[in-house]
Parts: sequence; C-alpha cells; structure tokens
Amino acid sequence: MKTRRDFLATTGAGAAALLAGCHRASATYPGSIVGASSAIGHRLRDGTFPTPSETIETKVVIVGGGISGLAVARRLDHHGMREFLLLELEHEAGGNAASGRNAVSAYPWGAHYVPLPNEESTEVLALFEELGLTRGRGTNGAPIFDEESLCSDPLERLFDAGRWQEGLLPQIGITDADRRQYEAFFTRMVQFRDRRGSDGRPAFTIPLDLSSRDPELLALDRITMAEWLRTQHFDSVPLLWHVDYCCRDDYGAGIAHVSAWAGVHYFASRRGRAANADPDAVVTWPEGNGWLAHQLAAPLRERLRGGYVVFNIEQNGEDVFVDAFDLARERSVRHRARGVVCAAPRFVAQRIVRGLSPTSGLEYSPWMVANITVDTLPGGNGAALAWDNVARASASLGYVVATHQDITLVPQQSVLTHYWPLDVVDPRDARQQAIARTHREWCDLIVADLVQIHPGIEEHIQNIDVWLWGHGMIRPVPGFIWGEERARMLPPHGAVVFAHSDMSGISIFEEAFTRGTHAADSLLPLLA
Amino acid sequence: MHDRGLRLLLLASVFTIATCGLIYELIAGTIASYLLGDSVLQFSTVIGVYLFAMGIGSWLSRYVEKNLLGVFIQVEFLIALFGGSAAAGLFALFAYVSSFRVLLYAIVLIIGTLVGLEIPLLLRLLEGRLQFKDLISKVFTFDYIGALLASLLFPLVLVPYCGVARSGFLFGILNGVVGLIALWALWDQVPRARLLRLSGLAVLALLITGFAFSERIMTWSEAAAYGEDVIFAKSTPYQRITITRRDDDMRLYLNGNLQFSTRDEYRYHESLIHPGLSRLPHARHVLVLGGGDGLAVREILRYPQIENVTLVDLDPAMTRLFSTQEMLTVLNRGALTAPRVHVINGDAFAWLRANREVFDFIVADFPDPSNFSIGKLYSTAFYQRAKTALAENGAMVIQCTSPFVARKSFWCIDETLHACGLVTEPYHAYVPSFGEWGYILASPRPLSRDFELPGGLRFLDQGNLVSLFEFPPDMARVSTDINRLNNQALVRYFEIEWARYSRQ
Ligand SMILES: Cc1cc2nc3c(=O)[nH]c(=O)nc-3n(C[C@H](O)[C@H](O)[C@H](O)COP(=O)(O)OP(=O)(O)OC[C@H]3O[C@@H](n4cnc5c(N)ncnc54)[C@H](O)[C@@H]3O)c2cc1C
Repeated sequence: MKTRRDFLATTGAGAAALLAGCHRASATYPGSIVGASSAIGHRLRDGTFPTPSETIETKVVIVGGGISGLAVARRLDHHGMREFLLLELEHEAGGNAASGRNAVSAYPWGAHYVPLPNEESTEVLALFEELGLTRGRGTNGAPIFDEESLCSDPLERLFDAGRWQEGLLPQIGITDADRRQYEAFFTRMVQFRDRRGSDGRPAFTIPLDLSSRDPELLALDRITMAEWLRTQHFDSVPLLWHVDYCCRDDYGAGIAHVSAWAGVHYFASRRGRAANADPDAVVTWPEGNGWLAHQLAAPLRERLRGGYVVFNIEQNGEDVFVDAFDLARERSVRHRARGVVCAAPRFVAQRIVRGLSPTSGLEYSPWMVANITVDTLPGGNGAALAWDNVARASASLGYVVATHQDITLVPQQSVLTHYWPLDVVDPRDARQQAIARTHREWCDLIVADLVQIHPGIEEHIQNIDVWLWGHGMIRPVPGFIWGEERARMLPPHGAVVFAHSDMSGISIFEEAFTRGTHAADSLLPLLA
Repeated sequence: MHDRGLRLLLLASVFTIATCGLIYELIAGTIASYLLGDSVLQFSTVIGVYLFAMGIGSWLSRYVEKNLLGVFIQVEFLIALFGGSAAAGLFALFAYVSSFRVLLYAIVLIIGTLVGLEIPLLLRLLEGRLQFKDLISKVFTFDYIGALLASLLFPLVLVPYCGVARSGFLFGILNGVVGLIALWALWDQVPRARLLRLSGLAVLALLITGFAFSERIMTWSEAAAYGEDVIFAKSTPYQRITITRRDDDMRLYLNGNLQFSTRDEYRYHESLIHPGLSRLPHARHVLVLGGGDGLAVREILRYPQIENVTLVDLDPAMTRLFSTQEMLTVLNRGALTAPRVHVINGDAFAWLRANREVFDFIVADFPDPSNFSIGKLYSTAFYQRAKTALAENGAMVIQCTSPFVARKSFWCIDETLHACGLVTEPYHAYVPSFGEWGYILASPRPLSRDFELPGGLRFLDQGNLVSLFEFPPDMARVSTDINRLNNQALVRYFEIEWARYSRQ
C-alpha cells in the first residue's frame, strides 16, 4: 500500500536527483525511450483489435518469444515436432532477455547473466553442453565451462564512503559486530544450502519446484525477508544493505517486500560448480542473456514471427484459435492449432485466454534499464573497473560494463547498462510515474545517479537509450510461491499449456527455460 | 625617419640577427645529437656545414644588385620561416623519412646560406650611412655580443623552459619582426611593399601558431622523467611511444615501461628466440604476437629455412615507425619490410580467434601483465587459442617477466600452460637493463635437445645455452593458481610482487 510518506520520499529523491543534475542544466543527450509501447498493452486490455481476416493452419502455436517460449520451440524441435509457429509481440525474440547493439558494443536490455547451474537444472545443463558453454566434466566431476563465456575477473565492485572496494559485501569502515553478523549470516545460508527437508529434498533449489515442502521451511514464505532478519537478530546496517541489494537485484524488490523463503533462496539455492571456476562464477556475454536468446531463436527462422500481438486464445472443439494482430500489416490473423503453449506473462495470459480465471496476488516489479554509450571507460580509486559496479548510496543497482567480456586490448569506448528497479513506491504508481517521464527527465535522473560515483562522467556520455519494463518480473511477495494461487497457475487450460517464469514466482533464466521445456513435454501427449 | 634612428634600428637588427643565427645553429646541432646520438660528431659536422653554408650565402650576396632592401627583408622572412620551424619540422619528420641525415643537412644548408646573406646585405645597406671603419666595428661588435647572448640563453633558459621546438619558433618570430620593422621604417624605399608585408605577416602567423601548439616533446620535464634525452614521443590510440637516447644507448618505452635498450636488447631477443627455434629444424611458419619493434623477427630471420613470419601487433604507429625510421630499421635490420615477413595490425587475441593457420613456432612477446586487459593474454583461454594454432611438433615461447622479482607471476604462467596440456621448459637470462628475465617454452610434445644455433649471435652459444634452463633456489618453482580470465590470478600476483620490489 502506498503511504503518503513513501510518496514524499520518492518525489523528494527525484527532485534531489534532478537538482544534482542541474549544474549542466540543459543537458540533452541523444537517445530515446525504446521498447514495447505501453499503447499496445492498453489496447490488449481494452481489446480493440480488428476481427481476423485470414486463417492459418498449424499444429502448435507458441505465444511469447521470451526464454520460456524459445525453450518450448527448441524442445518441440528435439521431439521432431516442427509444425509450429512462435508469435512474439516484439520484432525480435528474447523478452526480458532482449538485447541491442550499436557501433560500440552489443548490450543487454534486461537479463544479463546466468550463475553456474545446479545439478538439478538438468535442462539448462543439457542446453549449455549443446551450445558449447560447457565441454564435458573436469576431474572434480563438475562441468568445464567455456572460459570466454565465464565472467572475467574482476566481477563486482562497490562504491562506499568515497572509494571502491572489490565485491558487493561492504568492507569499508565496518565494525567487529558487522563482521560477526556477516559470518553468522553466511553460516546460516550455507546451512540452508546444505540442508535437506523432512521429505529428503534439498531445502532450496533450482528449479524451484524441486525444493523441499518441509513445512518448517515453507513457513518462511509467510513472512518478509526483513521480518526474518529481525527475528534472527540480524541488524548490522551493512549486512541488511547487502541482503536488500541482492533481493532487489533478483526480484526487483527489497527485503521489505519479498518473502523470507525467496530471500533465503537467493543465497541458499545455488550449488552449481565448475571445474575451472569458483562457485560464485557466472556466465555472461556483451549482450547478456540476449546471446542465449539468439542461439535459441536462430534455428526457428520463419517459424518465429515477430510483431504479432496475440489478443485472443480460445478453445474451439478439438482446435484452439489464436488470434493475433500483425503490427506490420495492421490486420488480424487467426491461427487454428491443435495445441498452444502460452509463454506470455500471466497478467497477459489471463487477459487473452478465454475462460481462464484470473490469478489474484500477482505483483510485478517495474524496472528502468538504460544503455549509456561512453567514450571513455569509467575509473575510480580503490578497485579497478569491474563487470558490475554498484554504489551503496544509490537507489539504482549500478551498471554493468557491456564490453567487459571483450578480450581485445584498450577498447576505451563502452556501453554501460544501468539497472534501476522502481521499487520505492507501489508498482502501479511507479509504472505511471515511469511512463510520464520524458527521455530528458530520465537522462537527468540517470546522470545525477552516475555523477555521484564518477564526477565528470557527463562529459563522456554520447548516448542514452532507456527501456521501461512496466511488468519486469514477478515479485515473490509473502505467500505467493507456496500459496494456492501459484499452484492454480500450473495446470493446462484445455489444450493450452502454460510456460513462463511467473509460474515459479521468481524470474530467472533457469526457471523460464525449464518451464518452457516441461510445457513442450506436457503438450505433446495432448496432440496425440 | 632620421638617419640616426635608422642607423640604430639597423644595428639593433644586426644584434637580433646575430642572436637568431647562432640559435638556429645550436638548435640544429642539438637536434642532430638528440636524434642521432654522438654529440661531439653531430655538433661539429652541423657547425661545419652551417659555417660553410654561410660562406655560400656571403658569396651569393654579390649577385644581389638591385633592391637591396627588398631582398634583405625577404631573406629575413625566409630565415624566420626555415629557422623558426626547423626544430619542430625535424622532430615531426624524424619518424617518417628514410634518410634523416639528408634532410637535416639540407635544412642546415638552407638556413646557413640565408644567414650568410644577411650580414653582407646589411653592411651594404649601412654603407654610406656610416664610416667604413665605424661600420665594420659596430656590426661585428653587435654580431659577437648577439652570439654571446645566444650561447648563454640557449642552454640556460631556452632549452629548460621552452624546449627546443618552441625556442625555434620564438626566434623565428623575432627574425620575422625584424623584417617587418625594417619594412615599416623604410616603407617608401621598398618596391612591392604591400606584398612583402603580406608574406611577412603570413610567416609570422604560422610561427605563432607553431609556438602555441608545438607539443613540448623536448622539454626537460619529460626527459628528466626518463633521465635520458627524449628523441621521439607520440601518443597513439593504444599507447605512448617514447624513444630516448643517451650517447649510443637508445631506448624504447611504451607507456613509460622500458621495452629495450640498444645496449643489451640482443641478449633479450636472442634468448627469446633461439632456445626454442634452434631446436625446430623443420620449422617453416612462424607467428609473432606483439613485438612490433621487429627485433624478435630479426632473430627469426637468421634461420634460412623459415619461409614466412606473420607478425601481429596492435599499434600501426609502432610497426610503421620500425619499418621506416632509419636508425630503427638499422637496428632490426629491416626485419619488418623483409619479403618473408607479413605485418598485421590487430589485436592478438581477436586475431587468434579468427585464425585458421597452423604455425611451427609462436612467439608471445607482450608487455608484462600489469593490468586486467593484458592479463587476458596470459590466460588459459589465450593459450588454448594459441595451442590450436600450433603444429603438433611445434613450440611456443612466452616472455614471462622476471622470475627473480616476480617469482609467483613467472611460475603462475608455467602453471597456466600446464593446465592447457602443454609441456613446458622455463628458462631465464640476464639482461642488464631489465635484470634477471624469464621465458617459457611450451609445446604439445617434448622438444629435442639438439640446439642448432645460427651464426652471428653475441650472447648465446652452445656452451651457455643449457645453463639458461637451470634455476637457482631463489627463483625455483613455487606453487600458484592457474591464470584464468575469470580469476586473473597473474595480474594479482604481479601487482603485489612488483609493488614490493619497487618499494625497496
Ligand atoms: C531488468 C531485468 C533484468 C533481469 N536480469 C536477469 C538476469 O540477469 N538473470 C536472469 O536469469 N534473469 C534475469 N531477469 C529475469 C528474466 O525475466 C528471466 O531470466 C527470463 O528471461 C524470463 O523469460 P520468460 O520467457 O519467462 O518471460 P518473458 O521474457 O517475459 O517472455 C514473455 C514474452 O512474451 C511476449 N508477449 C507478451 N505478451 C504477448 C502477446 N500478447 N502476444 C505475443 N507475445 C507476447 C513478450 O514480449 C515476451 O517476449 C531479468 C529481468 C528483468 C526485467
């Protein structure tokens, strides 16, 4: 619920940021607000599309070309089921793993890395091997990762009290008490990580549905992470900052919003290993997970149709009709299929699938992502430029350097991908505020945020493009992951099967990919 | 204007002209010894040529019959132009002309001739306005006073505070001003005065621009940082290339880090190439990564059986410099323009990624791993790429920093090569300007122990080769991490070890 104080806090912060940006008062940067227009979203809600004027016959339609939809397509191909069409609203596939490219570099618009997959993430491990991201296993039994896809060192740095340090756990000026709490917290997390529930399953894992249903553990889903930390007497300010940062990074919302189960999951679900890297390594590319999306989309060719807004899915006897508006030709097309995988987010699915009862309690985190082209790499004292660069005092999550994986020497130009979860106010208000801002106003906010850590950077910015994710990712608020609503989202609706990371309650590559793969598996028997 | 005023003016010109004349001579001498070394020889030949050219000028003055004043003013402007921009011009062209000496002496001849014209013309202009005895004594007095002033000014004030290039421009400007004042004072007596004024002003504008923008490549601040005379300096998009000289020792620095000294570079480069290549009689195709100075290639070309050498260096400015500049091509014996050699300007890692060719011998001569970008060129990812470009019976050699100063760094590279499934033979040599220096030979299969050294080496022979492979206890193997892109272990070791060393 939005309170008056929250409101004042955001407008105040916004005004301060605007003022801080004022010394180059009328700075305008080239660039624009890119990405799906909110107008399409509104049209979907109001249902103002023309009736279809032609019908296309096919076996299967996949709705949505995010990672989950692309995983469906790949799996169907593997099963030899090639008669399908994938309809995607954007011109290119990728969804939240979309990416862009300019003369300087490719860069992500959303998802930008995948941690080392758990052994339970069998589908993801198989994909990685197929794409050459891993090549067999090393002497320790763990996969050998392609070194050029592993994130190069240094991974992360944090700007705190006027200087940079390596890693994101604050180290500058911390007290012994802080240090003791760090130790206690991470010991707890390791215990959770190694724990098995009363049903013998790992306490926390990925895919999330393979986690234990031990009631003692599921109880964590009923309180917020902040409450859990409080009951466990964790009150170290730098520790709380770190945990909050991690939750905002993965869920677009901090410890006050997400459930303790989700919060602990972040720290305790990852048991992935590599033969040639530390367990905290990640794989990444200049275009982020856009690289994976491109790999998955490449074999689809003309079976992937971009620029199609699906606005109606309805069962018709044995068949399913999928009506889509072709943005290029401005007319609607009906697809008659035997089965459908709806890989669009749930808030869209329940609008377009006829007869599907809406899920209550769906909350989505809005995000702003900016890609900032700079003519010189940012510097800073204390620790060298890393892949992920975070400022402790900032409301944003900092920036990722798109050229970090570049193996060539001295590329001074770069693109910085700046991540900003809009979580200070209630998501709906944040969405409205975000849409209302002009490109110029966003630039002011972004530059004001960056000059705090890089004075003078405004002179080196050549372009700023902005993408607004109105419904960036599902928010694992208390009760959502292990409540009844999520359980109701899972089963198919007639011959319409669902696949989207929403159904996991946490939005990560492994969940999206596994959901897609399993959806394809459960669709095939329905077609027979 | 009164005659008295005119006389004073002309005598003041004598003074200025004399000062300028000597300054140009000193500048030419300084540049010659800066750029070519051996200052005694350079100074005396430059002074000799200069005096000789002045003689030519004096002799030529007899052919000036009409319009003495106009010619005098023209000569002033020409001296201003040539004398003023000589220093900056010589510096700028140093890297690009193939015979710098010809250019140098040509310019000295031109300036000398023009300066030689000045005094006789002036004497004739003053003739009749002064008594002959008086004239001679006054002119020469001012000439010698000017010379004294110049010889004091040049080393004490000009070079330290202005740098040679700027001093040149400064005195060129003075020369031009003398010409313009004379023109102004005697406006009525000079034919085509307007045209002259225009050309004078143009020269002056040029010199003032030069003065304002000339890069202070020869100020003593940079030279002091090196402790040697800087004879060439250029910032490219990739690095700052600096060449210094002290007597017969020429040094190349990249970003302030010593790459070689002509006194002992043969030790470094013989050790880089021969311990490996002399054991590969079947080798035909060689790849050099880095090493844009062509010195490693020079050593490789000692083997007649090598059919081609591909050199991949990032910086075109570097390979151009070492392909064209006379002293440098003498040093690398024209290696970069040899028919067997193919120079590619590109990033070594990116080039290797795209490469499909196979080589018998690969040389990785990169700067020390002092930052995360360069650290990538010493990683398992890089060596894996290099390995696929290496023949099964070939070998690769890597310059590996100092095993004495940076022991962990050195053995970390060895560990990294092992991790790529390569057999290694670490070795080291003493290079006085670097200290104890390390190399590692890496190959898919063990190499033969027969060394067939080419002729003409100054450091290595059959006797001392084997000893390079022995490590005394203070440099012996230590256990380390493997250097991977995702841990950059080497850069971290290197930073600690060299920081500790330079604190001592
Ligand atoms: C800013 C941001 C950063 C992130 N960073 C990471 C990260 O670093 N690592 C990570 O693992 N995860 C990250 N994520 C999570 C990311 O959401 C998941 O990894 C994954 O990409 C989700 O895939 P999906 O297929 O489930 O959903 P989506 O990507 O939402 O895919 C749904 C697709 O359906 C399409 N669609 C919607 N409606 C219609 C319609 N009516 N007709 C046709 N098509 C339609 C959409 O355009 C979209 O392409 C991030 C998310 C955001 C927003």
